[in-house]
Amino acid sequence: MTEKVHIAVALDGAGWHPAAWREPTARPTELTTPGYWRDLVRAADDAGLVLATIEDALTLEGRTTESDAGIRRDRVRGRLDALLVASFLAPLTRRIGLVPTLTTTHPEPFHLATGLQTLDHASLGRAGARIVAGSSPQERANFGRRSDGPAGFPASGGVEDDPAWEAAFREAGEVVEAIRVLADSWEDDAIIRDVESGRFLDRERVHNADFEGEFFSITGASIVPRSPQGQPLITALAHQSIPYRFAAEHADVVFITPRDAEDAAAIIVEVARAAAEVREESEPLRVFADLLVLIEDTTQQAHATWNRLEERAQISTDARVVIGTAETVADEIRALAAAGVDGIRLRPARLPADLVAITEQLVPLLEAAGVLHQDDGAPTLRQRLGLPRRVSRFAAQEVFA
Amino acid sequence: MSRRIHLAAHFPGVNNTTVWTDPTAGSQIDFSSFEYFARNAERGLFDYLFLAEGLRLREHRGRIHDLDVLGRPNTLAILAALAGVTENIGLVGTLSTTFNEPYELARQLATLDHLSNGRAGWNAVTSSDAFHGANFRRGGFLDHGDRYRRAAEFAELSKRLWSSWREDAIIADAETGEFLRRDAVEQVVHTSDLFDIDARFDVPRSPQNRPLIVQAGDSADGRDFATAHADVIFSLHTEFEDAQDFYRDVKGRLAAVGRQEDDLKILPAASFVLGDTLEEARERSREIALAQVRPETAITYLEQVWNRDFSGYDPDGPLPDVDPDTGPESAQGFANRHAAVRSRIAKLREVAETEKLSIRDLIIRLTANHTFVGTPGQVAADIDRYVQERATDGFTVVGHLTPHGLDEFTDRVIPLLQERGTYRESYEEGATLRETLGVAGEPVAV
Repeated sequence: MTEKVHIAVALDGAGWHPAAWREPTARPTELTTPGYWRDLVRAADDAGLVLATIEDALTLEGRTTESDAGIRRDRVRGRLDALLVASFLAPLTRRIGLVPTLTTTHPEPFHLATGLQTLDHASLGRAGARIVAGSSPQERANFGRRSDGPAGFPASGGVEDDPAWEAAFREAGEVVEAIRVLADSWEDDAIIRDVESGRFLDRERVHNADFEGEFFSITGASIVPRSPQGQPLITALAHQSIPYRFAAEHADVVFITPRDAEDAAAIIVEVARAAAEVREESEPLRVFADLLVLIEDTTQQAHATWNRLEERAQISTDARVVIGTAETVADEIRALAAAGVDGIRLRPARLPADLVAITEQLVPLLEAAGVLHQDDGAPTLRQRLGLPRRVSRFAAQEVFA
Repeated sequence: MSRRIHLAAHFPGVNNTTVWTDPTAGSQIDFSSFEYFARNAERGLFDYLFLAEGLRLREHRGRIHDLDVLGRPNTLAILAALAGVTENIGLVGTLSTTFNEPYELARQLATLDHLSNGRAGWNAVTSSDAFHGANFRRGGFLDHGDRYRRAAEFAELSKRLWSSWREDAIIADAETGEFLRRDAVEQVVHTSDLFDIDARFDVPRSPQNRPLIVQAGDSADGRDFATAHADVIFSLHTEFEDAQDFYRDVKGRLAAVGRQEDDLKILPAASFVLGDTLEEARERSREIALAQVRPETAITYLEQVWNRDFSGYDPDGPLPDVDPDTGPESAQGFANRHAAVRSRIAKLREVAETEKLSIRDLIIRLTANHTFVGTPGQVAADIDRYVQERATDGFTVVGHLTPHGLDEFTDRVIPLLQERGTYRESYEEGATLRETLGVAGEPVAV
């Protein structure tokens, strides 16, 4: 039997290659217009992709390792708040999961939680979040509220070598926990509208969060009644042990960056081991492999395009790069599926060009090959991924009380 | 020339004036309710939709207050979703200057302005109490006296961030490889005892240059803030002479800061009840008031003012003849019901005695005294009079039902306002909210 996968797409500016905005198919002056985002996500939705992540950062230069990023003028600059872009797209799309990137260091966890719940209401159960830990010095200067945080990536490349990064992951974990507690704070049937007794809700079924963490506390219940998914889908990108542990503890979906299928199999084992230590079997962790793709009609064209991009700006990326035809990418996906990943998150090198190739060429190929999970009409994003609707922890308490 | 009427459509909130016991009352949280309300308001050519904010569920005597509607969306997220299903109507939400940070809120509002093609607005409020603060990182960190100082610096910083991108910042020249123009983004540096910011903003200049700012506080500080920063005042002055006094006071302050009368619109909250005859409208008004102030609502209101248990009192009887409990307050999240309690109670007693009102009728008088009651023709004439005689620039209209509360107003009053020639016949194609409202999108003073 062929292993099946879900296909997701990661959206960022003019695409993942830093020179993508200079391509003739790019729309570089429209990157902050509603029409640009509507076109991209509707195309992904119509093609049946399971979810779209939307990048975000709280700085002009974004999440970059370029040391001169602050003064460069040859890179895309300017973006919109991802949670609001996702909210805007909610009523304009039908099936696709909407997964904005959330920075966890500066924003108020209460606002993040209620924003996600609102996205879930507006999308009728398609809300998710990609959780990012840590902050850069520029982010901290933009906010001016706290000075603690990592100075940059540690020279070793391993976040476990920097106490500030470890703290950042602990804080990100608390933010996820707060999001989940607040999502649970109203039980499903809290609103009773009982005209007889004059009570709008049953206050026994609305609970204070009473969240006390190392980094912040939240006393009250959410202001948003429970949303269709119960809890939003939590996702995280992870490349190393601490992030794997973070994902195992806090996420529903982890995006990994394997070098190849063999590496993917090894990472899946490591993630599964981490997961076995911290979570119930009834709460599976879905593993998606990231691929950065450039797709043309011929392999030759694809490489010529890639070379043109690289002459203009050299990419530095954590993900495996696949350059070729839709068949080339489909072969990679089949190999990763065989290695056991649940899904693939594609990062288009160019937008909209490579997204168009994904929806018009790659998806039909994968469908024909029987590699793609068919959309079975499951009502929510979580259910479409085979994840259970989480029961409110407060409702569970009552059962056992 | 006659003055133009401006109207905002207030999505019903969580006060007792939103009647949920009516069989036609719909969900307060489903997106379909918001979409319906927004589309209807757009059909009525309202200037903007207005949404209040929730930061904590209200409590009464240590428990969640369960008599009124509870639960609402995150302001920014729901407005962004509504941007996707509307074309012309402004999208204005309440957002705190205390429990947000300038960089983040400025980028969110600029984002909303981009996503709506220039229809974003911000009702800046200054709540600072520890009850709401308990849901946020810093708790009740801000002294009451610093609220407006922080709000003013916050607004000033927001304006600087919004204007920090040159309008022509993005060249995107594929040949030369220049995406940004040289010196396209100005550094915003601000150091005070409240903020320490050295920022480079990441959202390009938005269609309105800066989103609309609305202000609702009525204190001297509030009026000063409005004079300096606001484009609209959401006031509570609806009694005609009082409204005229307020109008004169606030508009009189504008010249000193180089602003014109029209640069700041005054749109007080207004409720309405219609009937085919005045008598029928009055009967309906009474029915709606009784639904808005149920017996338990009246008692609860008094309990919040007195800070005492009045469960044994008859809502149709006289006011309790006891003193307030001035100990720790048991009601949380309501607008200052227990503040200045002794003078307030004296005033309540005076009103109740002079007008011979029961507890319930007194609370109806206080919270469910409908602004405009009459035939559609009478209501239209009244609204027009307020505007023509400089008592207001229009109103923030609130219905008593979600989401159908403004259907009747749209169907029956709006056409009559149009007949009077003082309300728009259509939106101007592609107009921003500032253009619709007629408030100058002046270059931001930095």
